[in-house]
Amino acid sequence: MGRPVRFNINAGVKLVKEGPEGYGGEGFFTTRLDKVVGLARRNSIWPLPFATSCCGIEFMATMGAHYDLSRFGSERLGFTPRQCDLLMVMGTIAKKMAPVLKQVYLQMAEPRWVIAVGACASSGGVFDSYSVLQGIDQVIPVDVYVPGCPPRPEAILDGFMKVQYLVENESLRRRNSEQYQKLLNSYGIQ
Amino acid sequence: MSEHNIKLPEGSIGKQTTTLNLGPTHPATHGVFQNILELDGERIVDATQTVGYIHRAFEKIAERRPLYQITPLTDRLNYCSSPINNIGWHLTCEKLLNIKTPKRVDYLRVIIMELARTADHIICNSVMGVDTGALSGFLYVMQFRELIYEIYEEVCGSRLTTNIGRIGGFERNFSNTAFTKLEKFLNEFPKAWKELDNLLTRNRIFMERTQGAGPISAERALNYGFTGPNLRAAGVDYDVRVHSPYSSYQDFEFNIPVGTTGDSYDRFMVRNQEVWESLSIIRQAYEKIQDMDPSVYHAEVPEYYLPAKQDVYTKMEALIWHFKIIMGEIEMPAGEVYHSVEGGNGELGYYLISDGGRTPYRLHFRRPCFIYYQAFTELVKGSMLSDAVVVLSSLNLIAGEMDA
Amino acid sequence: MEYNKAMGLNNEYIQQRLTEKFGDQVYGFSEPHGMLTFEAPKELNLKVLQFLFDDENLRFQFLTDICAVHYPDNKGKELAVVYHLHNLVDNVRIRFKVYTDINQPDVFSATALYSGANWMERETYDFFGVNFIGHPNLTRILNVEEMDYFPMRKEYPLEEQTRVDKDDEMFGR
Repeated sequence: MGRPVRFNINAGVKLVKEGPEGYGGEGFFTTRLDKVVGLARRNSIWPLPFATSCCGIEFMATMGAHYDLSRFGSERLGFTPRQCDLLMVMGTIAKKMAPVLKQVYLQMAEPRWVIAVGACASSGGVFDSYSVLQGIDQVIPVDVYVPGCPPRPEAILDGFMKVQYLVENESLRRRNSEQYQKLLNSYGIQ
Repeated sequence: MSEHNIKLPEGSIGKQTTTLNLGPTHPATHGVFQNILELDGERIVDATQTVGYIHRAFEKIAERRPLYQITPLTDRLNYCSSPINNIGWHLTCEKLLNIKTPKRVDYLRVIIMELARTADHIICNSVMGVDTGALSGFLYVMQFRELIYEIYEEVCGSRLTTNIGRIGGFERNFSNTAFTKLEKFLNEFPKAWKELDNLLTRNRIFMERTQGAGPISAERALNYGFTGPNLRAAGVDYDVRVHSPYSSYQDFEFNIPVGTTGDSYDRFMVRNQEVWESLSIIRQAYEKIQDMDPSVYHAEVPEYYLPAKQDVYTKMEALIWHFKIIMGEIEMPAGEVYHSVEGGNGELGYYLISDGGRTPYRLHFRRPCFIYYQAFTELVKGSMLSDAVVVLSSLNLIAGEMDA
Repeated sequence: MEYNKAMGLNNEYIQQRLTEKFGDQVYGFSEPHGMLTFEAPKELNLKVLQFLFDDENLRFQFLTDICAVHYPDNKGKELAVVYHLHNLVDNVRIRFKVYTDINQPDVFSATALYSGANWMERETYDFFGVNFIGHPNLTRILNVEEMDYFPMRKEYPLEEQTRVDKDDEMFGR
């Protein structure tokens, strides 16, 4: 089912990013610590798919062989928050489910990221009613929002790549900083 | 115990059973519903279900929306097979408005509905395999779900929550690409489905896990209001497509597979066989379409179906109808109608009461998943914990349909 | 009219049997879109359901659905509980309605007859507040347990009222 690459062959486009900048020689390479840590973290994010509704089925398609999520390093999906880095909230979160979501978020260990996949998770979506939480950022801090109803797998992958960018460039001191503590306190999380 | 800071619930010291929360977020529950199980060792003594974790108030939202704006709501009921929900809603509207659709529209609808049913059963059966440990079957057949999505995209533009069709037919004619993809699907999918069949049907591990897990007799199933593959696995051959045919299903020849004991293995086999029957129906419909006029794709109902753009720019009436339909200002006749279609999980019913305005007065969805989930306690009492997981995945519970 | 097995069960026969058994306590017969619909006082709902279940020619032994409708203008009969029944052998459906006052919405529960009525009645209670007498566990099922009003009634709005982030003018409310 594959076909050979036809476009941009001679354009000098590099598909693979070179490593972090640093000083290297025969058998050694020096760079900044946070660059190495960032590189390691971004290429092995373990997501927790918190799939509630239709976006979960598009996530299943993203995990399938056609739009493969495991080539980004997320071969292993964990279903327990204790072992995962990225909470992917996919689908509508009702008010009944919001405490469960918060508990799952609290159980994750730092550093943790949250991606809100779909219109319902980002802002309540189509369902402007009394029982739907209008966006998960009412209860937990969110890093990336992926719009769509449901977003195409390419859009989910794009959101995932934005999370990878955030992971790579995050300072090692961010989680202990005052700004981050203030952010968590605004959600009532200690 | 008083010197410790632990607060134990009442009566928990003398309790003989363990309470286990198979909670809303669990890899085995495909969707958000909760089961609180009372276990005596490994045996289940009691089970209490909690639903409503994805309650989105569809019925209240539908009281505010004109007919076309309700179609995207119906998509999100059983989102694995959303064209069936959409077409069922359009059939309900057509019943209320007394609209008759031409044969070609009916056959095209049949093709789309059977593709959706196949897609739903693909997920259910392969996920049953995953729950018993066979992960690779899932990956092989999900490829064909991608092909079905491509066919939907050709017709309506979207992959999963399709919002397909209009009152009276389809929004555009099926292009040649759609038919080419359909032929590709019909050529390649049977091989992959046979592979899944070979992997699981006579597999000793699978059979030992699923046979005897969650059996139900036909009388109890009927008393609970089971419909669909779960009822057919118990031995009752009730299928809405045969009993109250809609969309010209009476023109097709197909069998209804029926099981004997109603346990998880029978449910798996019924769904397995239903996919073969669906493929045969799609082939029959595809052949019947070849001899029909290829330009017919909707009924002539200018009050409810958007007129062609040339007419909108040139004729006054068409402009008025276009405006009224888009703004949702068309009035329905007063009355009440109940219509049901055979969804992926059973009889999906729409009870519509209209008082003559532009939005329904009351719209109620008869959701099969909601009705048969109550029987889970009875299905699982006395069996082991791992049987509960297998029973949950064999019932094909879709949370969107359960809570609406 | 005798039950003619060749002709099958039709709406006139059902209507005739019901009026024979219950007299003028069943009324309001109509056939919107072919489905026979009738009403009865709420005290008789179990008797009518039992009769339709047990009779050897009627055999309505499958409960398709229970739901409720709120008519705020019908004083004294604001809440209607609608039962859809199905005879699988002869393939006939009927609709049976009971009306009840909103200040005292007590209706007998059908769970003894149909086990499937359990959750259907809980959902009806959750949305409309119909109190089913004899139900084993009449609690909220779809909404949060702390909710103190019945949301599907016509006087309550769809959107949540305590929200501060959405601008009502932009959203057309």
